[in-house]
Amino acid sequence: MKIIGYLIQKEFLQIIRNKGILPILFVMPILQLLVLSFAADFEIRNLKVFWIDKDQSAESRLLRSKFENSEFFDLMGSGFSYKEGEQMLELGNADLILEIPQNFERNMNREQKGDMLLTINAINGTKAGLGSYYANQIIRDFNSEIATALATPMMSPFKTISATYSFWFNPFLNYKTFMVPGILVLLVTMIGAFVSSMNVVREKELGTIEQLNVTPIKKYQFIAGKLIPLWIIGLIEFTIGLIVAKLVFQIPIVGSLLLLYFFTGVYLIMVLGMGMFISTVTDTQQQAMFIAWFFLVVFILMSGLFTPIENMPEWAQKITLINPIRYFIEVIRMVMLKGATFDKVQSQLIIITIYGIVINGLAVWRYRKVN
Amino acid sequence: MKRFRAFVVKEFYHILRDARTLLILIGMPIVQILLFGYAITNEIREAPIKILDHAKDATSREITSKIVETEYFALSGYLKSEADIEAAFHDGTTKMVVVFPQDFGKNYENGIKREVQLIADATDPNTANSLVNYVEGVLADFNLKANLTSMPFQINAITRMRYNPLLEGVYYFVPGIIAILLMLVSAMMTSISITREKELGTMEVLLASPMSSGQIIIAKVIPYLILSFLDALIILALGKFVFEVPIAGSLALLLGVTLLFIMLALSLGILISTVAQTQQTALLLSLMALMLPTIMLSGFIFPVESMPIPLQIISNIVPARWFIVAVKDIMLKGSGLFIIWKEVLILCGFTLVFIAASIRKFKVRLE
Repeated sequence: MKIIGYLIQKEFLQIIRNKGILPILFVMPILQLLVLSFAADFEIRNLKVFWIDKDQSAESRLLRSKFENSEFFDLMGSGFSYKEGEQMLELGNADLILEIPQNFERNMNREQKGDMLLTINAINGTKAGLGSYYANQIIRDFNSEIATALATPMMSPFKTISATYSFWFNPFLNYKTFMVPGILVLLVTMIGAFVSSMNVVREKELGTIEQLNVTPIKKYQFIAGKLIPLWIIGLIEFTIGLIVAKLVFQIPIVGSLLLLYFFTGVYLIMVLGMGMFISTVTDTQQQAMFIAWFFLVVFILMSGLFTPIENMPEWAQKITLINPIRYFIEVIRMVMLKGATFDKVQSQLIIITIYGIVINGLAVWRYRKVN
Repeated sequence: MKRFRAFVVKEFYHILRDARTLLILIGMPIVQILLFGYAITNEIREAPIKILDHAKDATSREITSKIVETEYFALSGYLKSEADIEAAFHDGTTKMVVVFPQDFGKNYENGIKREVQLIADATDPNTANSLVNYVEGVLADFNLKANLTSMPFQINAITRMRYNPLLEGVYYFVPGIIAILLMLVSAMMTSISITREKELGTMEVLLASPMSSGQIIIAKVIPYLILSFLDALIILALGKFVFEVPIAGSLALLLGVTLLFIMLALSLGILISTVAQTQQTALLLSLMALMLPTIMLSGFIFPVESMPIPLQIISNIVPARWFIVAVKDIMLKGSGLFIIWKEVLILCGFTLVFIAASIRKFKVRLE
């Protein structure tokens, strides 16, 4: 125990005396949390519309005013030929072109139907899908407004079913409520995995590991001495992030803080163990960094942080079952936003614990005191 | 020249002898594009929903089946009372609950407005919003069919999706994946490899050689330049042949812009290595100052237009943002140089600034 104590002291001194690392460890994550949380927003508003009206009729102007008044669209200009619109689309000045063909009003009165053309820049599929949805909604409303205006008592009454909705756990659909806890996980994971993966290999590269190898320090003591300081730093990091989340973003913490910390503690041991393992199997820091980066990117993309796991195809969903980040993101969202209790996150906790034991065991086993 | 060649060869050995890194360098673009092509999507499919049907009449059943028929929803069960709703959300297996009130179908024929109540789990606001939108779409269809005879006329929108008719997510991601990998290989790897020589003391040996410091640096970055270019080619080829992402514009222009961006990333890597003393610092610096902004602020995943104004301004100094716009324009819109000249100019400007700054900062002598 005393030996581990000394090792921890040594590690802390090394970190504190390194002027380059400290600000990066503590200032950068907070900056990142602030910046990234504001940046991470899928909300689509103010789609730029280019309006082409070849009809110039009362109906077409009425429809135009509907688009002007919508919060989803910004009318950025209008013209008379499709070519103009196409150019705007290519330059990125417009997201969608609405074209009212000639004789629009006449066709409507004669044939009871009129077609209009909607061209959307679909490079961002999500945005295009929403744009098309909002535009169609406006057109639908327009249709039924005309219908109501022209309705006579002779006609059969309209049978309509509409929806009322309520959004639970996040009534104002605040995207930050969703993203901030996830980004917090991301930062804790990245710092933990990178710093630990470069730690042992650094000693190897600089040759200082030989000095440690000739001491009577046991393998597990060595790993523990490396892990514990980073574990403490990780928890401090998490705390700072949590405070920022609460104070700056007003993210609710509905569930128990104790549970949150308990899970984070277990998770950190797992992440650090993963870094340690990478560190013991590599020879240079560059290598370690690269391997850690590779796995982190795959894990992060498959974690449900940015895009929901349920949207993935079946096989990809199965792969995410071996992704530890997935479980932490699930848990932090469940506990912070929905107030889930211990029994709800039990299975995730068990998985992370098993993961942690296996990976730390591997790290201790792979660490060789003999070259 | 012969000396210079020897230097480049030495750098190549450094990379080639490290089989693991090399494997990842080649494997990473493949894995990433496969993930983005197949797995990363915002498209909702078969979101599990539960039904709470107090009415249990023909209309409520018809609407239920209409909702479940769509590809967006999958019925995961029925609830008995309002009290069960919260529990259904808690374990995360239900995304939305559809509630039909007791007297739902009554009076429907007489034209009195009926309401379905939707309760969505909005911890993920995007999904919640889309689910509600989809149900509204189903209801609108239903209403339209029910009232077809009494509608005076209809305006129809014929929708055309330009540049990406099938709304494939991978179209949107390919340029971003290229940007990230180039940043990673060119900027991050370069900065670490130069700092490594500093940290291990071998830089001293290099500086004492008859080579000029400029030559040393150039020799160092050439292998990374080739590797980055190779990675970019792999991504483009996979995009083209596996996911059928078109390259509508000129291939030469596309490769030219890519090369320009590689130069930019390399000069950025050199700049970082002149500032950082240890590999760890270099890594964390490039990670925090390069990788995360490149992922988050470049419009790779999150559209720049959706960001708050201050961040939109900051995103202007993220080089990847301009690169991604240029690549998207060339690949998907088929734009020529006269459309993307602004982006190209900005990228050139960045590169020059970084090179100038590194020359100023570079020290031949060690402290």
